[in-house]
Amino acid sequence: MAELIELSAAETAARIAAGETSAVEVAQAHLDRIADSDDQVKAFLHVDTEGALAAARAVDDRRRSGEPLGPLAGVPLAMKDVVVTKGQPTTSGSKILQGWIPPYDATITRRVREAGIVMLGKTNMDEFAMGSSTENSAYQVTRNPWDLSRVPGGSSGGSSAAVAARQAPLAIGTDTGGSIRQPAAVTGIVGHKPTYGAVSRYGLIAFSSSLDQAGPFGRTVEDTALLHQVLAGHDPLDSTSIPTAGPDVVAAAREGARADLTGVRIGIVTELTGLGGGYQDGVLASFKEAVLTLRALGAEIVQVSCPHFDYALAAYYLIAPSECSSNLARFDAVRYGLRAGDDGSRSLEEVMSLTREQGFGPEVKRRIMIGTYALSSGYYDAYYGQAQKVRTLIAGDFEAAFGQADVLISPTSPFVAFEVGERVADPMAMYVNDLCTLPASLAGTPAISVPCGLSDEAGPALPVGLQIMAPTMADDRCYRVGAAFEAAYLAANGPILAGVPRLGSVGAGTDGATR
Amino acid sequence: MTTTTEAAYDDVLTRYQPVFGLETHVELGTASKMFCSCSTEFGAEPNTHTCPVCLGLPGALPVVNAAAIEYTIRIGLALNCSIASWCRFARKNYFYPDMPKNYQISQYDEPLCGEGYLDVEVHGQTVRVGIERVHLEEDTGKNTHVGGATGRIHGADYSLVDFNRAGIPLVEIVTKPVEGTGALAPEVARAYVAELRDILRTLGVSDVKMEQGSLRCDVNTSLSPAGSSEWGTRTETKNVNSLRSVERAMRSEMVRQAAILDAGGRIKQETRHFQETTGQTRSGRSKEEATDYRYFPEPDLVPVAPDTDWVAGIRAALPELPAARRSRLRSELGLSADELQSLVNAGAVDAFAETVAAGAPAAEARNWWLGYLAQLANAREVEVSALPITPAQVAKVIELVAAGTLSTALGRQVVDAVLESGADVEQVIADRGLAVVSDTSALTEAADAAIAANPDVAEKVRGGKLPAVGVLVGSVMKATRGQADAATVRAILLDRLGVSEAG
Amino acid sequence: MSDDRSTLTRDEVAHLARLARLAVTEEELDLFAGQLEVILGSVARIGDVAAADIRPTTHAVPLQNVARPDVVLPSLPREAVLAGAPAVEDDRFRVPQILGEEE
Repeated sequence: MAELIELSAAETAARIAAGETSAVEVAQAHLDRIADSDDQVKAFLHVDTEGALAAARAVDDRRRSGEPLGPLAGVPLAMKDVVVTKGQPTTSGSKILQGWIPPYDATITRRVREAGIVMLGKTNMDEFAMGSSTENSAYQVTRNPWDLSRVPGGSSGGSSAAVAARQAPLAIGTDTGGSIRQPAAVTGIVGHKPTYGAVSRYGLIAFSSSLDQAGPFGRTVEDTALLHQVLAGHDPLDSTSIPTAGPDVVAAAREGARADLTGVRIGIVTELTGLGGGYQDGVLASFKEAVLTLRALGAEIVQVSCPHFDYALAAYYLIAPSECSSNLARFDAVRYGLRAGDDGSRSLEEVMSLTREQGFGPEVKRRIMIGTYALSSGYYDAYYGQAQKVRTLIAGDFEAAFGQADVLISPTSPFVAFEVGERVADPMAMYVNDLCTLPASLAGTPAISVPCGLSDEAGPALPVGLQIMAPTMADDRCYRVGAAFEAAYLAANGPILAGVPRLGSVGAGTDGATR
Repeated sequence: MTTTTEAAYDDVLTRYQPVFGLETHVELGTASKMFCSCSTEFGAEPNTHTCPVCLGLPGALPVVNAAAIEYTIRIGLALNCSIASWCRFARKNYFYPDMPKNYQISQYDEPLCGEGYLDVEVHGQTVRVGIERVHLEEDTGKNTHVGGATGRIHGADYSLVDFNRAGIPLVEIVTKPVEGTGALAPEVARAYVAELRDILRTLGVSDVKMEQGSLRCDVNTSLSPAGSSEWGTRTETKNVNSLRSVERAMRSEMVRQAAILDAGGRIKQETRHFQETTGQTRSGRSKEEATDYRYFPEPDLVPVAPDTDWVAGIRAALPELPAARRSRLRSELGLSADELQSLVNAGAVDAFAETVAAGAPAAEARNWWLGYLAQLANAREVEVSALPITPAQVAKVIELVAAGTLSTALGRQVVDAVLESGADVEQVIADRGLAVVSDTSALTEAADAAIAANPDVAEKVRGGKLPAVGVLVGSVMKATRGQADAATVRAILLDRLGVSEAG
Repeated sequence: MSDDRSTLTRDEVAHLARLARLAVTEEELDLFAGQLEVILGSVARIGDVAAADIRPTTHAVPLQNVARPDVVLPSLPREAVLAGAPAVEDDRFRVPQILGEEE
């Protein structure tokens, strides 16, 4: 059983399809792993044992009757609790939705079910996707499997930790300012933010509508691509959904694994290399090595400058709060969720205000107020209006840069996983986690994070991520370059996740490869 | 009942000039809602026409109804508006329990239709009402207030919310301020709403039933001192649910404002509510501190950029609009402006035209619709066009009366019977035997019987008191259940009595 | 609001909280005022960028005219609609006394 949880998603699916193992066995192995390790990791808010086993049984039934199975049929998956799942509690990490059971499925939930993927449960996250550590969750703080005193990143920290801890080979997160890429980087796994519009937002509890994107996590680039393929595609229920089919990311990942980047131009973004200080030395060291690796694969490395990237943080922390202040207005104690203070003596307005005061955490309240401020009459032009214009300039910087390079790279985050409690009291100290990831969010361009090294600057060896950015709709480039780098890294260093402590009751020590 | 006396009103007009504007909301008659596929059918059980989108559930997203865009463009074209080549939806943010998202998806500074105009006729004068904009938005749910004495929000203990109507497509039509109409302002306002309603009905975009709320008007009124070019503070009056209320509301508001200004006071910029029973307006929410709606472009939707060829196609396919139709009818049917106006006022233009088309002479058609049928409509408190009788049926009655098969009196009885039973004209006549009894022998028999039964009266008539024959006529009419032609009966009686008319 | 756009008084924060229907406590007002001031100070530099003639961007792939045909599809069953409601009466959502008036 220990072996099953080490397999990649691709290998798991292959074994199930070949009848070498059953989907139920695989599901049970992962459920056991969760039961054994989640007291420590605290990745899950809800484990759906019945549902998972039923889904697994259905896959086994289909296989037995000779029906064709999708490429990920029977593979377990952890779903970020920001995604609406019919019949299963969905909280978005907030008390205001405690106990809410949605009456409908998100489009990506439906796609996951239709692909025969086995959802194990809902993972922890920063409340309403606002944060970089899951410390803003109203329920629990997820721990980084690499070092349980540290955060797994955020806001998709539960999903990321679950994959790193072998609780599931696949997970889904959402990325608004870096919430897939940064957790992937600090937990040593792969995470991709698709082109905005490539994956449906119908059923994603909205944080910032023009920035939110759901995306895949995996322990390998290929696994991540396989999940990406299941999720992506036009959805008529989402007006911002891209009508045309995206590129074949799985083919790109497989092509990339040949590890030949001859003719590929890779641009290092000057503004994202910590020249102004504030990036950890260990991160910069790993990044430098990554550049050497890429060059050794045949890529041409160029330096590009994207001057408006310096304003990305300001633009993001105006746009996202503005949109969320409006998106979160629907949590009003009327139709669903928490209702506080309704003792018969209070007006609806009072009950609404008390409910939101009690139901939302401080970071959510801060952002709602900033957003309310930035949209107020008299301030709109200077703040929200201006930020949307700067967005155009950032997109322009990308366009110009992509004239000189096929992909752009940077460290995914200036820091490795920090300690629980280290940054949570200082909003700005938390916000700077997103420095490298914000530009691609604002431009809506695709970006992937792949593990590129370990840094022991903070004490224990902690993973560092390499961010690879590509032009709009060119998600395949992210996967190709990512896979090439991964192959080279693997060949040189072995699997990075070998360094993750075993956790659970089965004892310490590392296990076999993930392939 | 006018609750503001003519004298008070006329007096106001000597000192002040009104400036008014109208904001009209129209529920579009699409099958599905503005941003989701729930049914728009009226009268469903509470909360049975809702889905994640119109309930504002977490994660739901809006998708624009294509027909709603087309209908709005139709309206804009009919009002001579420019159609935007590119526009967006915007969020209007405020909290209220009938708004599932606590923002309304509407349009802010980029409406689908821009400036236009609508000409209305009042007392032979043409007034051009400028249109500022026409835009598209979504309607709210419905609150029912429980526990208070009046069912209104004040004093209610709690409220119940039904979201069936949340998300119904709503078009908002805003006029520019209308000046220079003086004493005619209320009538101009009424005429504007009436004409607008007619246009919307002709376009087939809404059933425009003010009493059901598919056409709602807010009336903005202000007064400025006569001769001044500065506009006064305006108030907004809501709950104006009929054409008559539009007129009454403005009148009463003008008188109310004048009284305050006369006393040296200041008009409070506020929302007022019109009260049907008193004809007065009541203070509502103060608008001194305008709500900051924090508008921003709706990020969940993409811009609407109507293709110019498509818009040209919509324009080409517009039906004949009421004004053009009236013009054509006037010349085709030889009506004078006043005659046409009477028909318009009675809401009988269509009925009249169709009756003529069915073969009736124009004068007769007009007389029936403006006469007996208008009376019946008033008695039933409905519009003349709502009577359950078709123009074809009316034309038939006219034809039978002209042919002598029916007397006018009998014709009215036939109309009553058709309204009551829904049966066709011939059917009704057959069932109730309403045809004029013109069979002379039968009438002669009845005449003889009447003479025999009233020997004294017969003597009087024979003696030269011709008017006395009326009693005998009445007797014969009774015997024939009113189905004889009175003049014919009289002639037969006189003949049988051996008396001549000249006699 | 004050002219220097990065300062935020306690009263201003209280006003924002009211607009956003957040019954923040007295202690929170002080804490938030300080934190919001820092954040606003940081984002205020957005004004340093010369962007007068730039068109705003909201979507990576510019789409337009996305609409659906006017077709009715089944609504949610009423039990599902009311299932998550804090209070229900007569098949409607029950809310406490509303003070404000409709728009």
